Amino acid sequence: MSGYGVLAKLISLGVVALVAVIVAAKGHDAAFVFHAYVISAVALGLILYYSRSFSFAPVAPSPAAESTYFDDVVKAGVIATVFWGVAGFLLGVVIASQLAWPALNLDLPWTTFGRLRPLHTSAVVFAFGGNALIATSFYVVQRTCRARLAFGNLAWFVFWGYQLFIVLAATGYLLGVTESREYAEPEWYVDIWLTLVWVAYFLVFFGTLLKRREPHIYVANWFYLAFIVTIAMLHIINNLAVPVSFLGSKSYSLFSGVQDALIQWWYGHNAVGFFLTAGFLGMMYYFVPKRAGRPIYSYRLSIVHFWSIIFLYIWAGPHHLHYTALPDWAQTLGMVFSVMLWMPSWGGMINGLMTLSGAWDKLRTDPVLRMMVMAVAFYGMSTFEGPVMSIKSVNSLSHYTDWTIGHVHSGALGWVGLISMAAVYDLVPKLWKKAGLYSDRLVSWHFWLATLGIVLYASSMWVSGIMQGLMWREYDDQGFLVYSFAESVAAMYPYYVIRMTGGLFFLLGALIMVYNLIRTVRESPHTEITVGTPVLAT
Amino acid sequence: MGKFQMFNHATIERNATILLVLGFITVAIGGIVEIAPLFYLQNTIEKVDGMRPYTPLELAGRNVYVREGCYTCHSQMIRPFRDETERYGHYSLAAESMYDHPFQWGSKRTGPDLARVGNRYSDDWHREHLADPRSVVPESVMPGYPFLMQTEIDTKYIADHLRANQIIGVPYTDEMVQAAQADMVAQASDSGEGADELVKRYPKSQVRDFDGQAGKLTEMDALVAYLQMLGTLVDFSTFKAETESR
Repeated sequence: MSGYGVLAKLISLGVVALVAVIVAAKGHDAAFVFHAYVISAVALGLILYYSRSFSFAPVAPSPAAESTYFDDVVKAGVIATVFWGVAGFLLGVVIASQLAWPALNLDLPWTTFGRLRPLHTSAVVFAFGGNALIATSFYVVQRTCRARLAFGNLAWFVFWGYQLFIVLAATGYLLGVTESREYAEPEWYVDIWLTLVWVAYFLVFFGTLLKRREPHIYVANWFYLAFIVTIAMLHIINNLAVPVSFLGSKSYSLFSGVQDALIQWWYGHNAVGFFLTAGFLGMMYYFVPKRAGRPIYSYRLSIVHFWSIIFLYIWAGPHHLHYTALPDWAQTLGMVFSVMLWMPSWGGMINGLMTLSGAWDKLRTDPVLRMMVMAVAFYGMSTFEGPVMSIKSVNSLSHYTDWTIGHVHSGALGWVGLISMAAVYDLVPKLWKKAGLYSDRLVSWHFWLATLGIVLYASSMWVSGIMQGLMWREYDDQGFLVYSFAESVAAMYPYYVIRMTGGLFFLLGALIMVYNLIRTVRESPHTEITVGTPVLAT
Repeated sequence: MGKFQMFNHATIERNATILLVLGFITVAIGGIVEIAPLFYLQNTIEKVDGMRPYTPLELAGRNVYVREGCYTCHSQMIRPFRDETERYGHYSLAAESMYDHPFQWGSKRTGPDLARVGNRYSDDWHREHLADPRSVVPESVMPGYPFLMQTEIDTKYIADHLRANQIIGVPYTDEMVQAAQADMVAQASDSGEGADELVKRYPKSQVRDFDGQAGKLTEMDALVAYLQMLGTLVDFSTFKAETESR
């Protein structure tokens, strides 16, 4: 960048830092003031960073840059994925423990379950999952388009901007800044920031698609694109709100009551459908065939799978509101589409699993591929369980109980967690130009600990959830309710302990992964041929 | 496979813009069909007597409820099942959350439903329970919130909160906005000062020193005031379910 460009950047950062300090001085609540200081500190840090390289001398354009892949940002994304993953899993274990042993809430404002639970869900969904999606999409789109990421350093803005979003959201939760709308908890100013970052993300991804050197857009990119566009739509509409003041953190949702509920679950269920499913299917469509060394099982199935899943998913939101004050027609519509969703979901599972035709023997030797296959199997299981739970009569029992929590985790730990970590195992040696992982045995340990953890988690929640539901509706011969609510709480204790143990296993597996990856980067021998870098030369 | 001949998917795969536009149309349809009618179908929200906006103190209490993430364990939505209506009261109506920005129906009952918790327990019980849940319910796994008793509420910005709600359609009058600060103090006091005006503006509002600490306006005042009004507004003697069938 030229000296003038840097100068313009420095000046605008200076303005940001100044405005943030003024806002901090006038802020209405402590959390907002804190966030204003965070932003001014970030701006000042960036000023220091850019001034070091400041010079009016013209910069020699580096011819090498355009002919290589932009992988530094992918590396950073992989590190962030692993870091936030461990943090999110740890938080999960903490809040699971709080439910078993409530004294662990410490009765301080910042450490209660009510504040830590959104911290856990956001850490795993948006910090871990989001970084995994951004990193892998940047990696995959370059390889499958044979093009360097578009718009130069904008990809770095996406990466760091996204980390800032995570930090603002997370510290906000601890300080009590929340909209209390599930998976959309961050307040208005954090939402606006995420919107900016997301637009930049879209530009980088879509720009790379436009400059591709392949005639066809590979199927993984369809899914990534659908994920990016849909999340933008959901995020913007669901977070429409009126702030009480531009100097305070609190806002009021534009919608109320029944409309707010359906918009929120339209968002909420498609955070699952597009963030946790479509995006990760993109991952599956690239990494499974790569790892298995086989082409995707069926091209036609990919087409049918893609269009039907993105069309049907968006309708499924009302199944979170069965038997509520939402009109019946909307509930029924939500149920019908949720049941139909089973088909494309299994279409995707079949396409992923059958890709291994002719390569099943690799499961014996490659624990990373085994992890991918287990992920797809969990995907199949939880996308079967979901439609079952969306049937109104089943839902009347399962809703409000731990069964839902178990269902979410078989999808989140089993599908999202395992496919992401398998992709990380695949990427690290390639990105750091290593011949292979430090230890395949440790991957096996990770695989079995994680799988056992998920089984403990899901099965304990099935038992506790169904038991809860049955206890609440149990009548005696005289027609009286048998159990008080408190009795149903007490009955959950052993299952909450088992669930916590399952989470601990999953966390332990992730820690083994961290160790394995650090040893890989530090010690594994370098590859002879540089994998994947200069293929771009035309 | 005649149709596949007419329309070739390769066209879409070769053009990122077509893929983008078709993809966006595909994902937009479901939301439009399901959500838009809720804004114009008249019978989405029942006509009931008794609903009114929250008093300033109740609104502040609701904001504490929102801030602490109570929705992570408590629902405010009673389903029309025998066991639920016996345990919690009349099933919830859409009208009862029409002024709730955001809605707090919840999705999980680690603790019981709170849609009609109002007037079920004494203020004393709530204070004890919020500060140390296991002192009154030994089986409870709820966190304690002892700090609510100490945290005083600044009434300075409450009118701004009412005005923000006014903008998004909650029927607060300008008079209510102007009186917000005074109303908030009046509702949490035993002195009776300003109570009549408050009740005139907000029928059925309960006026007393909710936290039992005279002269001190705390978050406990606000939260207990909110909990004590939950589900108490609608007059179910005039509500006819069969005419409201949806």
